[in-house]
Amino acid sequence: MSIEPILFYIFSTILVLASAAVVTVRNPVYAALCLVLAFFTCAAVWLLLEAEFLALVLILVYVGAVMVLFLFVIMMLDINLVRAKEGFIKYLPAGGFVAFLILIEMAVVLGPENFGIEVTGEPLKHAADYSNTKELGVALYTHYAYPFEIAGALLLLAIVAAISLTMRRRPDSKYQDPAEQVAVKREDRVRLVKMPSENKQ
Amino acid sequence: MIELLLSIWNLVPEALQTLLIIILKIVVIAVPIMLTVAYITLAERKVIGYIQVRIGPNRVGPRGLLQPIADGLKLVMKEILIPTNANRFLFVIAPLLALAPALACWAVIPFADGWVLADIDAGLLYVLALSSMGVYGLIIAGWASNSKYAFLGSIRSAAQMVSYEIAMGFALVGVLMAAGSMNLSTIVESQSGSFLHWFWLPLFPLFLVYFIAGLAETNRAPFDVAEGESEIVAGFHVEYSGMAFALFFLAEYANMILISILTAIMFMGGWLSPFQGIPLLEDLFSFVPGIVWILLKTSFLLLLFLWFRATFPRYRYDQVMRLGWKVFIPITIAWILVVGVGVMAEIGPWFD
Repeated sequence: MSIEPILFYIFSTILVLASAAVVTVRNPVYAALCLVLAFFTCAAVWLLLEAEFLALVLILVYVGAVMVLFLFVIMMLDINLVRAKEGFIKYLPAGGFVAFLILIEMAVVLGPENFGIEVTGEPLKHAADYSNTKELGVALYTHYAYPFEIAGALLLLAIVAAISLTMRRRPDSKYQDPAEQVAVKREDRVRLVKMPSENKQ
Repeated sequence: MIELLLSIWNLVPEALQTLLIIILKIVVIAVPIMLTVAYITLAERKVIGYIQVRIGPNRVGPRGLLQPIADGLKLVMKEILIPTNANRFLFVIAPLLALAPALACWAVIPFADGWVLADIDAGLLYVLALSSMGVYGLIIAGWASNSKYAFLGSIRSAAQMVSYEIAMGFALVGVLMAAGSMNLSTIVESQSGSFLHWFWLPLFPLFLVYFIAGLAETNRAPFDVAEGESEIVAGFHVEYSGMAFALFFLAEYANMILISILTAIMFMGGWLSPFQGIPLLEDLFSFVPGIVWILLKTSFLLLLFLWFRATFPRYRYDQVMRLGWKVFIPITIAWILVVGVGVMAEIGPWFD
C-alpha cells in the first residue's frame, strides 16, 4: 500500500476538524489560528494532487499575509463574548434553514453524478519532471491572457479604491520635515533686539 | 562488522529505509545549523567587541570558545515563567511556531552540486511561503504574553515583516526571471561562467533590496524596532525565559543564516568558485569543493549582519515603513522591467 492514501486521510481529517473548530471554538484568536491550520492542511492536500504552485501560493498569500492581518485585527478587538452569544436560540431556526439549503445545493452540484470518478475519470499521474507551475503559466498567458489581464486590472482598481476610500488627511497632525530642519539658518531662529537701555525710574 | 551492519540494513523494509535515510539527512543538515547558531552568538559578541575596541567574552574556555555552551546550559537550567492570565497553550507553542519554519526552509537549500535534501522545482516559492509563516510565532507570543510591551513589539514586527515580504518577493521574481527557473540548484547553475556572470551584477538593485529586506525580516539591527530595548524593553519575547526564550533566539539566528545562504545562492553564485574562467587561478583552486565556497560566501554575508549591527543606529518606526513601501517596492518593480527587457533582448552574458 502506498503512503499517499494514508497522508490524504491524515490531512483531510485535520482539515475537517480544523474547519469545524473555526466556527465552534469560543476564543476568536483560536478560531483564526484554526483557519490558518485549515489553510495549511488544505495546501498539503493540494500538494498530493500535484498542484504545488497553488499549494505554495495558498500558504504564501492566505497564511503569510491575509490571516496575519486578520489575526492582527482580532487581537486588538475587545470582543464581548457574552453579547456575541446572545440570541443564539432566537436565530437558530433561520440560520439552520440557510445552512440546510446550502448543504442541499452543494450536494446537488458537487454530488457523485457530476464529479464522481466515472464522470471525470481517474486523474492523470505525471512524471517527476512535470512542472505544475509551468503548465499554469502557459495556460494563463495563452488561453486566458485577456481574463487574466482583466482580473489584474480589477485588483489594481480595488487597491486604488481601498486606499482612496480610507485615506484621510489630518491637518492637525504634526510631523517633521528633515530637509527643512537641515536647511534652517541662524536668522530664522535667533532675533537680536537692539534697544536703548532704560533709565531707572 | 560492516557486512553485519549491511545485512541488518537489508532486513529493514524499503519504505522504512527511505524514511531512515531522509531522517539521517535532516540530522546532517540540522545539527551543523544548531552548532553554527551557537557559535554565531559568540562570533557576534567577539566581532562587535573588536569593533568597539573591547575583547568580548574571553573567560569560559580558551579565548572564550566555550561561552555558547555555558550560555546554552544556563538557559536550559532556568525556569520557564508563565505570566498570570497568559494564554498557557499559545504561550508555550509560540516559540515552536517561530523555530519550525526557520528550520523547514533548509530542506531545499543546495549546499553543493546535488547536495540537497529535496530538489523540488518550486524551491524559491517554498522558501518564500515558509519564511512567511515565521511571523505567527512572534504575533502569538506577543498576544499570549498578556503584556503591553510584548503586544506592541509583536504588532510592530508583524507589520514590518508583512511589508518587507513584498519587496523580498519582488526581488525573488527578478531572480527567477533571470534564471528561468524556481529550482535553487538550477538558479546556481545558470550563474556559471565567471564571477561576472553571477546575478549580483545584472540584478544589483535587487541584490541590495533582498539583503536589506532580509535584515528587516529577521528583525536585526538597524531594523530591530520589534525588540527596541530602549522603547519597549525587549518586544515580543519580554515575558519569555529559559528554553522558551532560547528557541526564539535559535529561530532568529537560523533565519539569519538562511537569508545569508539564500543571498549567496541567488546572487553570488552559490557553490561556484569565484575564480571560474580566470586562466591560472581556476586550476590552482580547482581542488576546493563547492561547499567551501558557499560556506565562505555565507560567512561573509553573516559578518555583514554583525557589522551592520555595530555600525548603524536603529531606524525610527515610520522610517522603516517608508523605506519598505516607498523606496524598496518601487525600486524592485522598476528593475523587474529592466530584467524583462534584458531577458527579451537576450543581453549577454547573463540572459543569453
